[in-house]
Amino acid sequence: MTDAMERTVLDFEGWVCPMPLRDFPTIVMGHGGGGAMSGELIEHLFLPAYGAAATTDLGDSAVVSVGAGPRLAFSTDSFVVKPMFFPGGSIGDLAVNGTVNDLAMSGATPMFLSTAFILQEGTALDDLGRIAEAIGAAARDAGVRLVTGDTKVVDSGSGDGVYINTAGIGVLREGVDIRPTRAEVGDVVLMSGDIGVHGVAVMSCREGLEFGTTIESDTAPLHGLVDAMIGTGADVHVLRDPTRGGVSASLNEIARASGVGIEIVERDLPVPQIVKDACGLLGLDALQVANEGKLVAIVAATDAELVLEAMRNHPLGVAAQRIGTCVDAHRGMVVANTGLGGTRVVDLPIGEQLPRIC
Amino acid sequence: MCLAIPGRVVTLEERDGTQMAEVDFGGVRKDVCLQYIPGVEIGEYVVVHVGFAIQRLDEQSAIETLANFEKMGILEEEFGDGFELAAKQAGVVDEGVRP
Amino acid sequence: MKYLDEFSNPDLAKNLLEQIHDVTTQKWAMMEVCGGQTHSIIRHGIDQLLPAGVELIHGPGCPVCVTPLEIIDKALAIAKRPEVIFCSFGDMLRVPGSSEDLFQIKSAGGDVRVVYSPLDALNLARKNPDREVVFFGIGFETTAPANAMTVYQAQRLGVKNFSLLVSHVLVPPAIAAIMESPACRVQAFLAAGHVCSVMGTQEYPPLAEKYGVPIVVTGFEPLDILEGIRRTVIQLEEGRHELENAYPRAVRDEGNLAAMEMLRDVFEVTDRTWRGIGPIPQSGWQLSPKYREFDAEYRFEVTGIHTDESPLCRSGEVLQGLIKPHECAAFGKECTPRKPLGATMVSSEGACAAYYTYRRLELVAP
Repeated sequence: MTDAMERTVLDFEGWVCPMPLRDFPTIVMGHGGGGAMSGELIEHLFLPAYGAAATTDLGDSAVVSVGAGPRLAFSTDSFVVKPMFFPGGSIGDLAVNGTVNDLAMSGATPMFLSTAFILQEGTALDDLGRIAEAIGAAARDAGVRLVTGDTKVVDSGSGDGVYINTAGIGVLREGVDIRPTRAEVGDVVLMSGDIGVHGVAVMSCREGLEFGTTIESDTAPLHGLVDAMIGTGADVHVLRDPTRGGVSASLNEIARASGVGIEIVERDLPVPQIVKDACGLLGLDALQVANEGKLVAIVAATDAELVLEAMRNHPLGVAAQRIGTCVDAHRGMVVANTGLGGTRVVDLPIGEQLPRIC
Repeated sequence: MCLAIPGRVVTLEERDGTQMAEVDFGGVRKDVCLQYIPGVEIGEYVVVHVGFAIQRLDEQSAIETLANFEKMGILEEEFGDGFELAAKQAGVVDEGVRP
Repeated sequence: MKYLDEFSNPDLAKNLLEQIHDVTTQKWAMMEVCGGQTHSIIRHGIDQLLPAGVELIHGPGCPVCVTPLEIIDKALAIAKRPEVIFCSFGDMLRVPGSSEDLFQIKSAGGDVRVVYSPLDALNLARKNPDREVVFFGIGFETTAPANAMTVYQAQRLGVKNFSLLVSHVLVPPAIAAIMESPACRVQAFLAAGHVCSVMGTQEYPPLAEKYGVPIVVTGFEPLDILEGIRRTVIQLEEGRHELENAYPRAVRDEGNLAAMEMLRDVFEVTDRTWRGIGPIPQSGWQLSPKYREFDAEYRFEVTGIHTDESPLCRSGEVLQGLIKPHECAAFGKECTPRKPLGATMVSSEGACAAYYTYRRLELVAP
C-alpha cells in the first residue's frame, strides 16, 4: 500500500475537500489527494479492516522477501490524469515512470511492471494507441518488462476516459536501506534538479487556466540516477520523488516520519524562471507544485559532496543542489529561510493549490 | 486585491469587438483583455489582474524607483549614521532601535 | 519576470530596512489594507525584520474574508442547482458558508469550476447554451473592472445564459469604518496599490485629513512594502498626515479613466455587510438597473437564507485589526486551514491563514 493511493496528477477533479473522514459518510475527492485525508482513510478504514494481514510501513514501496531470497521492492499506483496528453508526455509516461520511481526510491532496481486499464466506453482508439505507445517506450527506456496486464471497460457514464494502474517489482541490493524514517539531525537535503516543472506543464493546458509556455513535463525514470548515488558507497538515508504536493509534501512527510526538523534555504531552491513566472501569474507556491522526474535525497553531511558530484555527473541530476539541513528544532516541521532573512513555515499542502486572485 | 503582475504586450487582436492581446510574463504567455488601456502598443508593459490589463506599467518610474533604493545603500555606506560612526570609533556599540 | 523580480532584491531590501531603522524613534501602528500585502509580509518575514516599535496591523482587505455570509449561502444554493455551472476564483472554494462550502457542493455532484478570469466563465456560457453559467463576482475595486467588462460583453453579445453573483466591496468606506471604531489603534494606512491602479488616489486625501492619518499607496513586492512603510514612518515621525504614492510605476493619481467609466455604467453603490465587521453604508457595488437581467440574485430568486456563524470565530476582530490571529482561542486548534471556522483562515491572504501557514512555529506549540 502506498501513501499516494490515487495519483491524480494535478487533476482538476483532485482539489481536496477539507472535511475530515468522520464528518462525511461518502468518499470525496480529497480522499485521493495523497495528503492528510488519504492518510486518514488508510489509518481509519483500510488498516483496521485488513487487520493482521496489513503492514504499517508506509513508504513509497514495500520491501518484502520470501525466505532467504533477495529482498524485493513492491509498489502500486493508479493514474487518472486530465488532460491525458500534455507538453512533454502523457498518462502513459507517468504510469510507467511513476511506479518505476516508487521502486527506485527504496533503492531498488525496477524489473517488472503490470499494467491494468479501466477504460470508459467511447474512448478513442487513437488515444489509447498513443498511450500504449508511450507506455511501451517508457518501459523500454527504463529497462523494465511489462509482464502482465488487464483491461476492463466501464459505461460511458462512469469514469473519465482512461484509468491506468501499474504495479511493479524491483530488486534491492545487499545493504541498501532507504526509508523515510532514516533522516537524522545534521543530515543534508539534496534536490536533483529544477522544481515545479511538471505541474506547470500540466496546468498550462487545463481548461480555464490555459497559458502559453514552452515548458514540458520532466517525467523520467530515476533508478539510473539512484544507482549512481548508491554506487558512491555513501549511505543514502532517504529518497523521495516529490510528485503530488511537491517538495513541500515530501519534506513534511519525511520530517514527520523521521521526527526531525527540516530547514531549507529559499535562495538555494532550483526554481527555473519560467516556473517562477507561472506561479506568479496564478498565485502558486513552487514548493507545492508536482514534479515527475526529480528526487529529494537526505544523506549524512559527510557524504553530501560525494553524492552531489555523482548526481551532477548523471543526465538527470545535472542541476542538483543542496537545499537544506535536518535540524534539532521544530521537529516534524519544515521551515524556510526567506530571501530577505525572515523565516516561514513550509506547510503540508491540504490538497492541490488553487490559483488565487489576491 | 491583489495579484496583478506586469507583462509585455506581444500581439494585438480584436475579438468580438474587444481589444485582446497576448501578453508575455517572462516566458509564460496569457490572453489578456486590453479594453481598459486604449492606444496600447506592442512592446508596452501593462499590469494584469484576472485576465485584464488594469493600468500601464511606467517603465521609467520602475527604473527610477530601483535606482533610489540603490542610492539609499550607497549613502548609508558612504556617510552612515553619524552617531553610529562615532560610537564605533569610540568602541561603544550602539543598540538603538535595531534588533 | 521583468519589473517584478527586481522588487524582491534582498540587498535593496537591506537598504530599505536600514533606512526604516534609522528613522524610527518611537512606536507606530499602521494598517496594511490589502490581503495580498498581508500575505507578502508574512511570507517574506517582513514583520520580523522591522524595528520592534513598528507594528503592522492586518486590515480587512481580503475580499474572500469579508464576503457576507448570506451571499456565500446564496452562492451555495445556486451552485447546487443541476442546470448551473458555477464558476469562481480559486480563493472562494473553501470559504465556509453556514453549513458547507463550494468544495462540498462540488463533491456532492455540483458543477463548480475554478477559472482564472470572468471572461472564461462567459466563454463557458457560450460553449454550453443549455446550461446556466453563474460567475461569483467578488473582490475589491481591482477586480470590479473585469467583472464589469464581462457583463457588458454578455449584454452586447446577447449571451442569455450568463449571470453574475455580485459582492464587490470598496476600500475608502472600510478605512472610515475602521477609524470610527472606538478600539482603533491604527495611526496610518498602507493603501492598496492595485485598487488605486484602477481608482486613482483622489478618494484618500479627505480621509487622511479627516482622521489625521498618513495614507501611503503601497505595492506588493517586498521592496514596495518596505518603501511604503518607510515613507509612512517618516510622515508619522514628522507629524504629517498626507496622501503619498509609493507605487508610482503602477498608480497614477487619476487612475484608469476607461475602467472607471465602465464601473459607473455597470455598477451602483449600495450598502454592504462585511462578514465579521458588520454593515458599512455605501461600501459596496451591485449591478445597476441597466444590467439587472444579469444579476444572479434576481435570476435565481434565492430566498429563505438563514445565516449561522460559528460562535468561536473571531474573524471580525482580526479583520479590524483588534486582535492578532494567534490571540483567538480557536487558532490552530478548532480552527485550521483544513477545518476553517471563518474566512480569514481559508483565504490564502486572510491574516489567520497567513499566520497559521507561515508562523505557527513561534505562536502555537506543535
